[in-house]
Amino acid sequence: MTAAPDQQPAAPAGGIAARAEALTKVYGSGDTQVVALDAVSCSLERGRYTAIMGPSGSGKSTLMHCLAGLDEATSGQVWIGDTALAGLKDNDLTKLRRDQVGFVFQAFNLIPTLTALENITLPMDIAGRKPDQAWLDRVIDTIGLRPRLGHRPSELSGGQQQRVACARALASQPAVIFADEPTGNLDSASGAEVLGFLRQSVDELGQTVVMVTHDPGAASYADRVIFLGDGRIVDDMADPTTDLVHERMKRFDVTGADHPATHPAAGA
Amino acid sequence: MLKATLRNLGAHKLRLLMSALAVVLGVAFVAGTFVFTDTLGKTFNELFTQTETDVVVTPDSAFTPNQTAGVAPSLPGEMLAQVRAVDGVKRAEGNVLVDGVTLVDDEDNVIGSPGAPHYGVSWSDDAALSPLSLVEGRAPAGDDEIAIDTQAAKQAGVEVGDSIRVVTPGPSLEPKIVGIFRYGATGNLAGASLTAFEPEVAQALLLGGDRWSAIDALAEPGVTQQTLAERVSAALGDGAKVQTGEEAQDEAAAQLTQALSFINTFLLVFAFIALFVGCFIILNTFSMLVAQRTRELALLRAIGASRRQVTRSVLGESLVVGIVGGLGGLLLGLGLAVGLRALFAALGIEIPAGSLVIAPRTIIVAMVVGIVVTVGSAYFPARRAAHIPPVAAMRDDIALPTRSLHVRAVAGTVLAALGAAALALGLAGAGPQPLALVGVGALLVFVGVAVLSPSISRPVVGLLGAPVRRLWGAVGVLAVGNAQRNRRRTASTASALMIGLALVAAIGTLGASTTASTDATIDRVIGADYIVLNPGFQPFSTEVAAAVAEVDGVGSSVGIMQTPALVKGSQVLITGLESGPASSVVSFELVDGTFESVDEGMVVDEETAKADGVAVGDTVEVTWLSGPQSYEVGGIYVGEGTFSGYVVGRSLVVAAGNPDVDFIVYVKAQEGVDPTSIRPDLEAALEPFPTVELTSQAEFKEQIRGQINQLLALVYALLGLAVVIAILGIINTLALSVIERTREIGLLRAVGMTRGQLRRMVRLESVVIAVYGAVLGIALGLAFGVTLQRALVDQGIEVLSIPWGLLAAVLVVAAFVGVFAAVWPARRAARLDVLRAVTTE
Repeated sequence: MTAAPDQQPAAPAGGIAARAEALTKVYGSGDTQVVALDAVSCSLERGRYTAIMGPSGSGKSTLMHCLAGLDEATSGQVWIGDTALAGLKDNDLTKLRRDQVGFVFQAFNLIPTLTALENITLPMDIAGRKPDQAWLDRVIDTIGLRPRLGHRPSELSGGQQQRVACARALASQPAVIFADEPTGNLDSASGAEVLGFLRQSVDELGQTVVMVTHDPGAASYADRVIFLGDGRIVDDMADPTTDLVHERMKRFDVTGADHPATHPAAGA
Repeated sequence: MLKATLRNLGAHKLRLLMSALAVVLGVAFVAGTFVFTDTLGKTFNELFTQTETDVVVTPDSAFTPNQTAGVAPSLPGEMLAQVRAVDGVKRAEGNVLVDGVTLVDDEDNVIGSPGAPHYGVSWSDDAALSPLSLVEGRAPAGDDEIAIDTQAAKQAGVEVGDSIRVVTPGPSLEPKIVGIFRYGATGNLAGASLTAFEPEVAQALLLGGDRWSAIDALAEPGVTQQTLAERVSAALGDGAKVQTGEEAQDEAAAQLTQALSFINTFLLVFAFIALFVGCFIILNTFSMLVAQRTRELALLRAIGASRRQVTRSVLGESLVVGIVGGLGGLLLGLGLAVGLRALFAALGIEIPAGSLVIAPRTIIVAMVVGIVVTVGSAYFPARRAAHIPPVAAMRDDIALPTRSLHVRAVAGTVLAALGAAALALGLAGAGPQPLALVGVGALLVFVGVAVLSPSISRPVVGLLGAPVRRLWGAVGVLAVGNAQRNRRRTASTASALMIGLALVAAIGTLGASTTASTDATIDRVIGADYIVLNPGFQPFSTEVAAAVAEVDGVGSSVGIMQTPALVKGSQVLITGLESGPASSVVSFELVDGTFESVDEGMVVDEETAKADGVAVGDTVEVTWLSGPQSYEVGGIYVGEGTFSGYVVGRSLVVAAGNPDVDFIVYVKAQEGVDPTSIRPDLEAALEPFPTVELTSQAEFKEQIRGQINQLLALVYALLGLAVVIAILGIINTLALSVIERTREIGLLRAVGMTRGQLRRMVRLESVVIAVYGAVLGIALGLAFGVTLQRALVDQGIEVLSIPWGLLAAVLVVAAFVGVFAAVWPARRAARLDVLRAVTTE
């Protein structure tokens, strides 16, 4: 197992929103031991839209959970902005999530007892902070749900719910937004809306988005796709298109995940 | 299906355990009550079977007085010789047994259990006829000697050879203790103290001459009890009641059973309240379990289980919970009975160890109650479970079909209105069982409000939650939102707490009103500065009033009698006084006739006169223990609370053969003398009479207030159980809600809620639910309390007093209950692993 580098690396450069160094995650022990992440190192640039792809069991969700501070790695190190996650107490980790990270989950993103607006401002309300009104207005106008702000989640469609979730993730201007299969439960039209919105938030609002998906179409919205197989990064594609991603994914089916890519990924 | 049921029980052990606990506590109360009263009954019954007496002769009085009140019916002494002369009588002995013979230790403490009688008896060591047996010393002989029971000796810390003060209804004595004896097998007569004199001494001292309280006879071999009783009866003629030993025992036992059944009913009422509260909790728990298992039950339906099988599966679970609850309750009930016995032992009533009576009835009732309550409460959720459509297995957005809240609102209002009507009718004394009607009415009101409660919970909880939202921001908003979310759940959890607190508020209001009314009555009626009274309301010697009268500065010292008698078929206490002295210390308002006429006959209060159909000039027959006498009504006065009923001239009462003793002495200082200045002299004058107490008017009010408060404290303590069960309910609801909201909690944690904030959120939800229950409870309790007070105006509770302090305390306690109930669920919520919570299905 690869150990983290001895010398404490300098804080990530200004261009890096989150970074993993030799990240390893092992579940179970002995015969039932499963290596979900095997010494993964990667840097996620600020102001970019990164997709993490891979077949089931490739470790893509685990990578995202570890990067987002939801899960603890067995070894290795994670930084969000300038903060190293290892050794943070639960309360500090919680505050880091609250202030530096935005989340969009596949389903169940909203608190049913709160209105759309209350859901959007929830992280700031929990922190007892006033949201930046100008920013909030911009975010709300971008998701285009201003007339529905007073509605409860049960009165919104699935796509609208996910857009509200995206707005919540954006509202506190976090260092990075993690989206876990954000379109997994949506029809294609709603899915496209949400993906387009995430794209917009990178292009127009200058946010950083990291999205786990298994849908090549969804990945094509990203600036960069990291492919995971058997707990390792097997490929890294810039400026993906649906077809290119689809091609790359197909190779997992043919060759299995055991073979890391031996040639550079195709790309523009 | 059986397997599925059992697996489910296993999977939800903890949650079911909580609801089983609610059953356990209620059943334990029931079982404990039965075991305790059965045990008490057996112990007392043993007391009556200590002798081999074949025939018992007692005075043939017109009635048996409820209160001993110093009036001891007795037989003429020559009857003993008559009994002895009857053919077939082997031996016969007369005995004396009179209450009000008190042992007083050096520190002026009265020996014996508070509230238990203090008997003076004649000594007999005839083992076949007397339950007394010497442990130490010898039998008393002469004026100057007594023997006392072991318990009294222990308590007084005296030995054979010591002297001790003895206060009798007549004179006070200071005899020497020459013997210490046991009473029967248990050693003690249920907490009563026993002072034995030589028979002739007892007769002279306690019965005023050669008389007996009873005569016990033993038959010659071959003569049956029945035969002997007939012969004795024939020999004595009228004026004596002759019973076989067996009959006498049965009669005593029957009286005892009646007394015990009162204790039994009193305790069972609280057990019932506890079980009633438990029903809400079981209903809620099963509703939540069914809701959480919607998909699973739908799957069972999808793979071919019928509706009935689903219902049976849920009911099966409740049956197991009921059996576990019943058994647990039975065991805990035994513990409770042991505890009650220890309590009685502390009060001086020894119940021999190792003899708890567990009647089959107790076991059957405990199990039946446990099972019926649980299965009955689970019936509605089970019915609902059967209506889950199989398609729910495939989709996760199908909620259980719910009936509209409008139906509930209407049903609840109708039930509550019916209950209120029954309550009002009951309080107005309608029907053969008005008290039962009041109970059923209150029950219906509770159920009605509980059914109605979901319809009003959202606005009311919103209102109560407003300060929570303002004070705690996002956490407060979430907490209040959670409390408003599932209206049925919040409502039934709060209803459980509502019941206990409503009863506390109602009883509190009644108690405060009673105290205030008594204060007002005392202010109006009693013009005396001091009152002399025996704390156990036993009569005392007229020497007391005489001694007080001699104190410098005392203007008047008036003794007043209270004597039991029968009037118009019911037993009453008749006040005996002389109009002249009495009017200087108490004031009655006359509506007809004159107060002075009492010296020639009687006066009666307005209410009683109306009820008995009596007017001035009528003649009323009063049956004293000694026999009937007629008196002419000379006046009608306005009754004031306890100052009511028939009043007869004192000399007439004494002339009718009643002992000349005082029940209360009113003392008034001379005009111009400061009442407080004569107190030390009064205290000194009362030194020789340790059984009476001197109290000022203010202290007297305080004493009455203390007695009421003591009773209230007992009732509150018993209602505490209902509150404890309600707390279990809140814990259960919160714990199940936390499980149900696992993903939501995960989300909150993911977007930045700290563990502390999460705990606070659960705590605040709990407090909001508890306070909602308390607000409902206080509102209902006040309504009940005010209704009760209005209904009891005629009984002297004419002033309405609302105990605001108590109500505020109830609210504060409810908030603490909320905090306390949330401890465990909040910890559970905070411990949820964030990742697992967000990714959970």
